Formats: sequence, structure tokens, C-alpha cells
Amino acid sequence: MSGVFRLAGRGRIDPSRPVAFRFDGRLIRGYAGDTVASALLAEGRHLMGRSFKYHRPRGPVSAGSDEPNALIGVGEGGRYTPNLRATQVEIHDGLVAVSQNRAPSLRFDIGALNTLAAPLLPAGFYYKTFMWPRGFWDKVYEPLIRRAAGLGRAPEAPDPDHYALHYAHCDVLVAGGGPAGLAAALAAGRMGARVILCDENAEFGGSLLADAYSRIDGLTAMDWVARMVAELERLPNVQLLTRCSAFHYGPHNMVALNQRLTDHLAMPPADMPRERIWQVRAREVVLAAGALERALVFEGNDRPGIMLASAARTYLHRYGVACGRKAVVVTADDAAYRVALDLAEAGVKIAAIADLRPVPGGTLVEAARARGIRILPATTIQRAHGHLRVTGAELAPVGEGGAVGKGRAVACDLVLMSGGFTPSLHLHSQARGALRFDDALGVYLPGEAIERVRSAGACRGVFALDAVLRDGVAAGLAAAGGENGPEWRVTRQDAPGTGGFAGALPRRGPGHLALAFVDFQNDVTAKDVKLAVREGFRSIEHVKRYTTTGMATDQGKGSNVNALAIVSNVLGRRPEEIGLTTYRPPYTPVTFGAFAGHARGDQFDPLRLPPMDGWARARGAVFEDVGQWRRARYFPRAGEDMAAAVARECRAVRSAAGIFDASTLGKIEVAGPDAAEFMNRFYVNAWTKLGVGKCRYGLVCRDSGFVYDDGVVGRIAADRFHVTTTTGGAAGVLNMMEDYLQTEWADLDVWLTSVTEQWAVIALQGPRAREILAPLVDGLDISAASMPHMTLREGSIGGVPMRLFRVSFTGELGYEINVPSGQARAVWDRVWQAGAACGLTPYGTEAMHVLRAEKGYLIVGQETDGTMTPGDVGCGWAVSKVKPDFIGKRALALPAMNAPDRLQMVGVLTDDPLSMLEEGMQLVAAAHIPAPTSAEGHVTSSYFSPALGRSIALAMVKGGRGRMGTGLYAPCLDGPPLKVTLVDPVFYDPEGARLNG
Amino acid sequence: MVEIAEGCTLDSLPPMIRLVLQGRAAALDAAAGALGLDAVPPLLRAASGAGGQALRLGPFELMILPALGSRAGLDAALAALPHSLVDVSDRHVGFVLEGARAADILAGLCPLDFAPSSFPVGMVTRTLLDKAGAAIWRTGAQTFHIEVWRSFAPYVEAQLREVGRGISFSLLSV
Repeated sequence: MSGVFRLAGRGRIDPSRPVAFRFDGRLIRGYAGDTVASALLAEGRHLMGRSFKYHRPRGPVSAGSDEPNALIGVGEGGRYTPNLRATQVEIHDGLVAVSQNRAPSLRFDIGALNTLAAPLLPAGFYYKTFMWPRGFWDKVYEPLIRRAAGLGRAPEAPDPDHYALHYAHCDVLVAGGGPAGLAAALAAGRMGARVILCDENAEFGGSLLADAYSRIDGLTAMDWVARMVAELERLPNVQLLTRCSAFHYGPHNMVALNQRLTDHLAMPPADMPRERIWQVRAREVVLAAGALERALVFEGNDRPGIMLASAARTYLHRYGVACGRKAVVVTADDAAYRVALDLAEAGVKIAAIADLRPVPGGTLVEAARARGIRILPATTIQRAHGHLRVTGAELAPVGEGGAVGKGRAVACDLVLMSGGFTPSLHLHSQARGALRFDDALGVYLPGEAIERVRSAGACRGVFALDAVLRDGVAAGLAAAGGENGPEWRVTRQDAPGTGGFAGALPRRGPGHLALAFVDFQNDVTAKDVKLAVREGFRSIEHVKRYTTTGMATDQGKGSNVNALAIVSNVLGRRPEEIGLTTYRPPYTPVTFGAFAGHARGDQFDPLRLPPMDGWARARGAVFEDVGQWRRARYFPRAGEDMAAAVARECRAVRSAAGIFDASTLGKIEVAGPDAAEFMNRFYVNAWTKLGVGKCRYGLVCRDSGFVYDDGVVGRIAADRFHVTTTTGGAAGVLNMMEDYLQTEWADLDVWLTSVTEQWAVIALQGPRAREILAPLVDGLDISAASMPHMTLREGSIGGVPMRLFRVSFTGELGYEINVPSGQARAVWDRVWQAGAACGLTPYGTEAMHVLRAEKGYLIVGQETDGTMTPGDVGCGWAVSKVKPDFIGKRALALPAMNAPDRLQMVGVLTDDPLSMLEEGMQLVAAAHIPAPTSAEGHVTSSYFSPALGRSIALAMVKGGRGRMGTGLYAPCLDGPPLKVTLVDPVFYDPEGARLNG
Repeated sequence: MVEIAEGCTLDSLPPMIRLVLQGRAAALDAAAGALGLDAVPPLLRAASGAGGQALRLGPFELMILPALGSRAGLDAALAALPHSLVDVSDRHVGFVLEGARAADILAGLCPLDFAPSSFPVGMVTRTLLDKAGAAIWRTGAQTFHIEVWRSFAPYVEAQLREVGRGISFSLLSV
């Protein structure tokens, strides 16, 4: 057997399968079933990390997920993961692990000088010390503190693994696979309920895996576990998940589990997800989370070689490792006597058991006495000695009234501490369950639950094995709705522990310089907590934030109750008056990769591609994201930058013709006998008189009277409208329509159907558009006389059904050809070929924006910001004066909505035609006004106009329409303010001759 | 047949006619009659008649997949009743996901319970496949017809493949 502290014939590791891994570059040998911690302990090595603040040498305190000290980095490159608990990382061949927070090495760490400065680094020292000079914070203090503090480093390479997320449903979710969880799962499983049983460890059994004493139905605890797991595996309605932590309890019994699939494998299958999140919707939940042993708070309690008694028992029985040769046990609970007996039986010398209780008694104590173990009643540990490893302890008598006398030094290489057991309330608390303080046990227990959840076993303070099994069965039956469950006879067990201790141990002397740790991971000491109380913090929530106790990634699993007791003692108030800090998810840290799941890279969000995307890509278009859509922004030719390409595209539309994929426009078919009535109520415009085959620009306001969306609406039939919306507003407008229809106007016979993706839209714009289109439409007369601006025709184009709109967002003669999207590409190709001889040019969203700005057409969301009325943006004409009601009518009648000094849309020209304004620039009254001053308005759109050969801009200016021809100034970040003149927003073809051509 | 996981295929459906009918009970009844159904299918259930299939997606809504040549009969049956009948054939694309792992793959993207007791054959509902809207219709014990809006199809297909990639490892079976 490798490792001088490995005990042959013990443990659940597989001695026939040796495993080699590296820790800080050194080759370490262990066995299949080992963790990094157990393999290192087998070599006699406790030192595994350095602490957060003082860089103190640290070794494992626990053997599980509550480990605060032995935090290591695992993996290489993109697979490097910091801050993993060495007590949980299973070893495999080739594993690479490193210690953290040390320089240059784990044994000699320069940062440990912080320990010497500890008296200068009390709780809240950031706030006290780094106040002055103020300017030093950003440049000096913060970077220094950030470098000095923190654990581990973030990986820098992209994560090469993939992660999965699954939803699951069950009747009963059992969280925790110890005795209570196994009993609950069996009870519910035998009833036929759909059961999911999960456990964070590699195998089920919980505390039973470290129990060599108890017997159930004549079996050893481990054999009983094997039998139960075998039965559960045979039940088709039960699913077992190991290495799977229930870390988040959401509303309505939605519980998130994190399953680790590959980290323990040397050669995982190629497509295996590294981790999988299970979002489980459980009808009922049974929490069997167990209890965690509490550390004791005394000077030097963080020295490597000092650990929880239960941890030493786990290393012995699960991993076959003796954690030392000579142990001192300090306890306030009977359970540690069983640990001492087990260790003694395995050959570890027990130097002494120091029991804080004045008269320890009972079977276990007698058994220890009978074995010749020295028991020191009413004895505390004054301090532990040693640096990289504990070398001894001073055990001192506690007299009447708590006075601590002179102690004696006891040499040892292992100190085991037991302050009793703290039930794990995390999930119950996350489920918003109440907590109640139990005086007999001195801990909080689950109180009334809100969700359909029940706790069983040690996590609700039930500790005796026979009672735990009965409790598990009862919980399983209650969850599955049954009455008769399995029964097991516990033929041998220890009596449940009595006693326990919380807070700082009694000591001799004030201990002003003593470092007695409450929260190991955040380096919070007993005197830090006391100082916080002395400085006036009374609430445990404030103490927590001031000292950071319980705020590390271990969520205060080991520290909360001790911190609470210290505060309680200093204040002289009962613990339940102090309260307990909130338990927040996750129960244990979860990787970002697992949270991301399959939503990564291109799959993070749906990328919606319009029908002509492939065509645009083949032409080398440059794209931009518009919501989830990817749209062609411009089509550069060789050597062209964006400005050149956009200018060429704009000139082509103005001089010949341009083609544009407008398919992303939202489209809604409004149909039914009451369609016109619905439109009248929904839009600010009047629709009754709009003839079939005619189009109208429609404007939607919220009931606040502010512009919400706009778009052209065509009347297909008396009872049918083809409504268009902005690209971004499509879903919102449909939702708002449905909302009104279902809640306000349910009497109307009208129905809405989204046809955004039914109809692709090919915009054909420019003076030669008709010439290109006329031969393509099947038997349709599209002459100016027959089909003037703002009309529509149904027909076909090359046999493809078509809704043809004569509309324009460019100011040119133009058509929007609506065809079923599945056939749009073929139609586009036909139009493209037909236009080749006429100089037809593809244009993108950028040219579209320039062309519309030249015409002063607003874009909702660019000119408007949710506080603009139709009148503000120059569309007061669209608002019906005669309709009895429409959405926003009442608001628009308010005086403030018609005040003359409201922001109004205007055109803006810089005095220097080549100067460009920036969108968002403020406009002020004079060139040099001392700040602060209020703005007269702001620039909303700014472009270089190829048609005008100069810059143009749109702006919202107070009372702007009455200020045409006057000047304002646009202050610049760099350089003098730009002088501008307010003009009519229609810069190009104000008479509309081209539009109606 | 494209296998995206062991024993699970994902295939695109050819173009088909899809109509959205909305209206009050009388209109839905008339449509059901025209399709050769005894009655309008219950909520979230599909039914098949000589004139095509009707998917009851909402209280006042049927998605109709008409058999060839049955559109005229449908129009005639509805002519006298207030209703909205809109052709959305090109709005959607359809997929068929089939195989022993089909329900598991959907459970990677959709929070619904696909156990046969909760989502039996013949059930259809609008829901989410991760961040895309979709309609899922169970046409067989291990067969699902999935409808998504056209522009979401590449995203949904890639997500189904990604979930399929890791599906065979340590899955639940309850």
C-alpha cells in the first residue's frame, strides 16, 4: 500500500487500482476511490493550502463539501478550475492539482507576513485604513488588496468542455443519500412513486460509509447500504444520481441539481457533458441533508493536523487513512469518543480526550475509559502549537464559573475537535421554510415549511440511527402518500450525542493577539466578531457583512453557529434573539459552464436569419444585429469602406433602383367582421374610410399617449387588414393587441395572426423600380395611374402569390413585394436579374437609415424615447380628431401633452456642411455657457447625406417647430462647440414629387 | 433520416399547408365538420379526419393541416360565420424527432413533463424550446412533430443536436 499512513484492509478504496496524480508538480500515488485530500493524508501530508487573508498554512478540516481550508486548483488550460475542495476531488490518473494563494511555494509563502500584521488588520480594516488620501483608493489600495486577497485564479482559456441542462419531473425528490435519504427513497419507491434520489458524494450512504460500529438487520452499515442501493437500482421508478448536489431550491418545488459527470474520469467519452444541471420539478421533496460537525474556536485552531473528529473517522473507514500517529481529542459531545475508539483500534495513539463537560458519562465514555484512554473532564484547549503541522496542544482545566487554569502541554500530530452537530438547513431555508431554535440541542432546526417539503433525519435534529431510519421512512411515505413502509432493525448503534458547544472556547487571559478562527475560509477570528459587536453591530446580518464571517464559498457551513454564539454571549442575549443569516443558493459552488449549459457561443441566443441572408452573405455583406435578427448593413465592393459603400447605395436608389430585404418587418393579419372597429380603437388613426386596396401610415400610442410603434397598414378586404410594425416592435404590438382584445374588447369579432415570417418582403425602391417590376408581375397594371403611392394589390409574381404594396421609406417611387417566405429567394433572384440592366443595387440597413433621414421619416425608438407624443414627432396629423376613443386619447388631451415647449422633431444643419454631429449630443443656447446648464434638446439621428452632399441630422428641440432658422450649439467633448441651425426635417424632395412618380 | 443521438433521428418535414383558424365555438365546430371530425378536439389535443388534421392550440384557435383539396370545403363551411382563417404555411418549418431518446432530448430544452402519462400521444401544445417558441405534437410514443417559426429553425435544430450529443450519458428514466 502506498502512503505510510494507509492502513491495509481498511477503507473503501480499491487497492488493486493504483492511481497517480500530481500535486504542486510532485507525483502522488493513491488508489481508485481516493480524493486528493485522502491521498495526501495517506502520505502524512496535511498542508494543502494557504488562507485567504493571513496566508496561514492550512490543511483539511473536514472530509466533505463543507471543507473551508483545503481549496485547490485542478486541471490545466481551459479546464483549470480554482477553489475546488480537495476533500471532494476524486483522483484519477493524470490529474493535475495545485495549491493556491502562496508564493513562491506552499511551505514558504511570503504572504504569511500578513499574520504578523494581524493586530493591524481587524474586522472592517478596509473601511478604517484606506480612507485617506482619497485618491489612493483606485490606484494603490484597491489593486494591492485585490492582489493580496482572493483565492485561486480564474482560467484564461475558453472552456473546451460542454455542459448540459435537463428538466425532470418526479413525485418525490430525495436530496441526500445517507440513512434517512435511502430510507425515504425506498419507502416512496416501493409505493411506485417516481423518485429521484441524489447525493453529492461519489457513492450513497452518507455517514454510514464511515460507521464501522452500527449493525442493521445484522449487517454492517456499509453492507446495509449496498443492499438498499441494489434494491433501489432494481426499481424502474427510482432514479439514482451520485456526484449530484441539490444546490438551489426554487419556488414551487423547482430544485436545481448539479451532476458532475466527467471530472472523476481519466478518459471521459468524447461527447460526455462535463456537468449537467437538472431542473427538477418535484411534487414533494424530502430533504435528508444530514448534519455537519462544528469546529471548536481556540487559539491556533487552524493549524494543519487539526480537524473535525468525524472527518478523521471518515478518512479511516472510507479511505483507510490514519490522519496522524498521536491524537488529542477535544470534545463537548459523545460522538468523538467513538472516533477515539475507532482510531485507537486502528493503532493511532490517543494522547488524551479533553472533554469540556464537567462530568462526561455514558456508554461511550465508559468504553473509552475501559480501553485505557486518558479522559480529562472539564478541560479546554488553550492553544495549539506548531506551524506547518500541529505539534502539540495545551490542555487546561475549566474551573467553576468558567475560569481557565494553567494547562499542561501534550505533544501530538493530530487534534480532533467536536463541538456537536449542526443540522444542514440550507435547502429548507432556501425554500423559505421557517427555522426554530432548539434549546436542548442548542441549534436551529427546520420549522414550518412553505413548499411541499419535509426534512428527515439529522438535518432536523434526529441523530440516533434507528430513529433516523424511521424518520426517513415516515418522510418517504408521507411524500408518496402511503402508510406501510419498510422496517429495519438496528441491532447495534451508538446513543445519540449529547452536549455540544458553540462559540469561542473558554481561555486563560484576554487573548488580544490570539488568532482563534471562526470562519477559516475568510480568516475571521473570534476577536473580529467580538470587535464588530463592540463597535455597535447588533444584527447578525450586519456582523456578517462587517466581518465577512459566513460569506465565503462554504456559506458558513462550519462557522455560522459559532459566530452566532459569540455574538449571543457578548450581547448577553439568547441565540434566537440574534437570528441567523440567510442561506442563499448555491449550497456548494457551481461552475459557470454548468449554468451556461448549451447556451454558449452562437447558441447563446437564437440568431434569426431573414430569407435573403444567404444571398447577402454570398455578396460579402457586412451585417448588424437588430434584436435577434442579423441584417445586412451594407454591401461593400472591393476597396470600399462603409461610408463609400453607403454613399454608393444611396445614390443608386436615388438615381436608378435599389433592392432591400425588409422581411424582418413585423406583420399582423387583423381579420374578422369587427376588424375596422378594432383598428379604430387601437391606432390613433381613423380606418373606417380607408378603402380596400389602400394603405395608410399607422401610429400606436400606449394609454400614456406616448408613441409606441408605427408602420404601414393595408386594407386587404373590408374585414381584413395587413398591419406592419417595426422589426423590434413586432412581438410587443401583437401582445398589446391581444391584451386589449382579451381583456377590454372581448366582444369584438376580430382575430390576430402573426404573419411576420409568412411574408418575406422585397423592397424595390428608386425611379426605375416600376420599369424593373412591371414585366414580372403576372397581368397586373402597376402604372402610376392604376397603382398610385399608398395602394396595394394582391396578385402573383412568376406564379408566386404576392401582396404588392406601393410604399416608400426612401422617398422614391417604391414597392414592397410580399411573397411567402419559402419562395422569396426565387422571387428575389428574378427581380435581381431583371434589374441588372437598370443599375439595380442591393442596399443595407445603413443606407435605408440615411435615405429615410433625408426625408425626415422618424424611426420609433431612435427619434422617440417613450416620452414623445405623435405631435412631438410631427405626426399630429395622423391623430383622428373625430373618433370617440382610441388608446391614448385621454392622455393626449392633457394640457401638458400639448405644451408649446415640448421637445419637437426638427432638422439640424451644422454651419460647416462637413462637420458631423453625434447622435445623443446635447443642444444648448449659447457657445459658452458655464455648466451646469439645461439643454434645449438633443440630436437623435446624424448622417452624411450623399444626396445633399453634406451632413444632416434630426433632433428633438424644445418648441422646435417654432424656432426654424434659429441657431443652437452642440458642445463637443473635443474641440469647440458646433454651431447649428434648425430647419424643416424634410431635407430632400419636400414636395414628394419623386415619391409619387 | 439523420441520427442525432443513438436511436434518435431528426428530420425536416417537407413544405405543407398550415392554416390558423380563430373564431368562436360555432366557427370551430363548422371547421371540424368540414374536416370530417366528430367534434372539435379538446384543448391541447389533435384530431385527424378525412379533410385533414386539427390541432387545438387555444380555446378559440385551431391549427389546421388540410388534406389536399379540402380548403374549398373549409372556406364554404366557414363563409357565414365570423372567423379568421390565415395561411401560415411558410411561417413555420416542421421537424420530426423520433426514437427512444426523443422525449429526453426535448426535456433538455423544454420544461414540460414528457412522461406518457402527462404528455400522451395526440397531445399538442405551444411551448418553448430553450429560447425559441415552438409547438410540440406527440404523434407516437416515441415520435414528436415540432413546428417552429422559420427564422428560428437553425437555432432549434442546432440545440436539438447539441442536447442529442450528450444525451446517452447518465440520464434519468423515471
